[in-house]
Amino acid sequence: MTLEPYLLYALAGVGLFAIGLYALIARTHLLRKILALNVMGTGVFLFLVAIAYRSEPVADPVPQAMVLTGIVVSVCATGLALALAHRVQTTTGRMVLPENDESGA
Amino acid sequence: MNAPDGITDDTRLTPLRLIIMLFVLTLAGALGWAVCSLPEYSSGLAVTALAELSNSGVLNPVTAAVLNYRGYDTLLEIAVLLLAVIGVWSLAQAEPPAAFEPASPVLLSFMRIVLPLMILIAGYLLWIGSFAPGGAFQGGAVLAGVLVLLRLSNQDFAIWSHEVWLRFCLVLGLSVFIAVAVGVMAGGGKLLEYPRAHAGMLILLIESAALISIALTLAALFVGGRALSDEDSSSASENGVQPK
Amino acid sequence: MTLWNTAPWLVWCIVLPLSAGILTFLFRRAAPWIGIASALGSAIAVAGLAAQVMHSGPLRYSVGGWGVPLGIDLRADGLSVLMLVMSAVIAVAVSVYAACYFSDTDAADKHAAQAHQRAYFWPLWMFLLAGLNGLFLAADIFHLYVTLELLGFAAVSLAALAGKRAAVVAAMRYLLVSLSGSLFFLFGVAILYAAYATVDLTALAGKVQPGPLAWSALALMAAGLLIKGAVFPLHFWLPPAHANAPTPVSALLSALVVKASFYILLRLWFELFSAVVTPATATFLGLLGAGAILWGSAQALHQPRLKLLVAYSTVAQLGYLMLVFPLTQNAGSALTAWSACVYFVLAHACAKTAMFLAAGNIAHAAGHDRIADLDGITQALPLSVAAFALAGISLIGLPPSGGFIAKWMLLQAAIGSGEWGWATLILAGSLLAVAYVLRVLWHAFTQVEVARPLHRVPRTMEWSALALSLLAVLLGLMAARPVELLRTGAPASIHAPGQT
Repeated sequence: MTLEPYLLYALAGVGLFAIGLYALIARTHLLRKILALNVMGTGVFLFLVAIAYRSEPVADPVPQAMVLTGIVVSVCATGLALALAHRVQTTTGRMVLPENDESGA
Repeated sequence: MNAPDGITDDTRLTPLRLIIMLFVLTLAGALGWAVCSLPEYSSGLAVTALAELSNSGVLNPVTAAVLNYRGYDTLLEIAVLLLAVIGVWSLAQAEPPAAFEPASPVLLSFMRIVLPLMILIAGYLLWIGSFAPGGAFQGGAVLAGVLVLLRLSNQDFAIWSHEVWLRFCLVLGLSVFIAVAVGVMAGGGKLLEYPRAHAGMLILLIESAALISIALTLAALFVGGRALSDEDSSSASENGVQPK
Repeated sequence: MTLWNTAPWLVWCIVLPLSAGILTFLFRRAAPWIGIASALGSAIAVAGLAAQVMHSGPLRYSVGGWGVPLGIDLRADGLSVLMLVMSAVIAVAVSVYAACYFSDTDAADKHAAQAHQRAYFWPLWMFLLAGLNGLFLAADIFHLYVTLELLGFAAVSLAALAGKRAAVVAAMRYLLVSLSGSLFFLFGVAILYAAYATVDLTALAGKVQPGPLAWSALALMAAGLLIKGAVFPLHFWLPPAHANAPTPVSALLSALVVKASFYILLRLWFELFSAVVTPATATFLGLLGAGAILWGSAQALHQPRLKLLVAYSTVAQLGYLMLVFPLTQNAGSALTAWSACVYFVLAHACAKTAMFLAAGNIAHAAGHDRIADLDGITQALPLSVAAFALAGISLIGLPPSGGFIAKWMLLQAAIGSGEWGWATLILAGSLLAVAYVLRVLWHAFTQVEVARPLHRVPRTMEWSALALSLLAVLLGLMAARPVELLRTGAPASIHAPGQT
């Protein structure tokens, strides 16, 4: 089997998704977690662009539209997450999630 | 452990992290295997999308997909943008502009050259979106860059201090989009079913309104909190300080 | 009459709350009135839609007139209509409650915080309602992703609204969980599109074949929804997020938002992937449900705070919903199990909203919600304690409540297919629910000689809780209509050959 260019990009998308997921679970600093989510998202977008690129005679516009929607949602998510992380820092003094914080009134 | 708020993070490979890594690698392997079994060529919806292009009111298939075929997705996406600003504003008040350093003369003269060009480019991207890559999101991102530069040079007090106008401009894109989407139903069509003859004009109308809202939204996310407006300051004096 | 039958009600279910979101953001002073009007308007639209579906069967509506595969379709069948009716009823009750809750200035120390919360609650809640209605009507899996995000952002911002340390931390965790869940879901959508070149639920259902692509898409989407739906053991984020939010928000999150993920899971399992799912995966999901029932109830039993107890009860009750997957494996009892589980969603939504509102009233009056210090609260707030008890009856599953009918049908399905293990689990879960509800009532009904100073609770807040709890109890007496409606457009995979 020859490695089609689109497949290379699609597999790279899977790889980015996995790297992001690892960092999201394993890292504690909130900025890193937010960046990890962005890396995961980029993986999905790369995968979508790769499958659009696969199409003949022109690139499929529908996954491109989906990526555009996805990017906008991801920008909003990052903005909201950063604002929330900032609040976490101002209320707890640290940029990490405390281990046990269920019972705090 | 490292300093509590430094960007540095503990990166040692503990047993727990090893397990997470194995789990993630398994997931990536399984997904990779699945991706390799994808059909080698598939035109997806490209053929259908091109065949309907002449009915979509624009010549760029991606713009047709974003604002016509899947316009309903985009409608809710504009709502997500507005929602993100409301969410951020509900969390915190913006840092007062005075917290920034006075702008350097280099930045100011750079901006004098670059800002008019950026505004021009934003308009150009909006206009060209109907037949080539471009559109409201791309133009809006460039326009947001203008606002971010103004912010960095501490020149944007006028924008963030008029909260009534700010709110109006933020909701403009979604309001026009909803008005058009529902308005075309008056002629007997479905939601977002533009009349063929006016599709191009209606899409440009939606995009122009969205451009302003997108630019302001992105800049508002950058600023990161609601502005201290007249209404806020009056309620703050009535009620004591805002919740911290 | 023709207007009533042909009007595009499903569009108004989405457009009304969306427009109200804009208006409540622009006009703060009128926001409560706009919000209540929009909740009522959406309820009317839902009623119109329900009439259409009952009259002429499932509906499809092609937005933009393009149709599948290029455009996005909306659709309404029995399941989506029931979900919409549920959210409409809860929306009206919670909006009325919230209008009172956020403008109640009795607690003077909270004044500034309340003004802030009032200003942002309404637009966020209106967008939440729009996302919810859009989600229940979407027939397109990519559009489901967009509505999930709309819902998620609104829910997270609302969860953080209280602004206190615990609420902000819980909301941050909720946001990370919600976003990663959405990305898992989106990756599944991308794989399905790559393989089958469409994102329409119905079109995909006819194309999906067992194979690595379908399995990985199912695994990704199910994982994303399980974490967003707080299914054990991925429930860790739910209790703090729900318990630390303002009362109306707690009710909305617990009653409606987690159900959205479960609804999508139902759609995927019984329609999209019906050719792919296996009995082993169904049993696995059932076991997760069993874990949720036992763990959630056990945690609820020893929570010190009332709102945390109610939140853990949500974790346990969500476990029952997961039993639908193993119990529909037997063709003979599939339809019973399916109806039971959807009825469970409705009953739980009413009961849990009522319970959270009642708990909020109690916390508002007492100034705290430590269960051990609630002695004698019944003397001060008889209506709210009654609402709590009635909602408890439905959660436990005593007749004639909605919870009773749902559990009864679940038991029928379990016994009918000889699954004694699941039947025992259902009964054990009820006993645990008895224990944690009684624990609260025990304290509430203890007589005290000297009444403690209490804040006044507005009548409207007490009555909204009581009305919903009465509805939860009465749901058991009017089960025939919803169950009948549910068969309208029920997925083929749950119809046994002999039953159709």
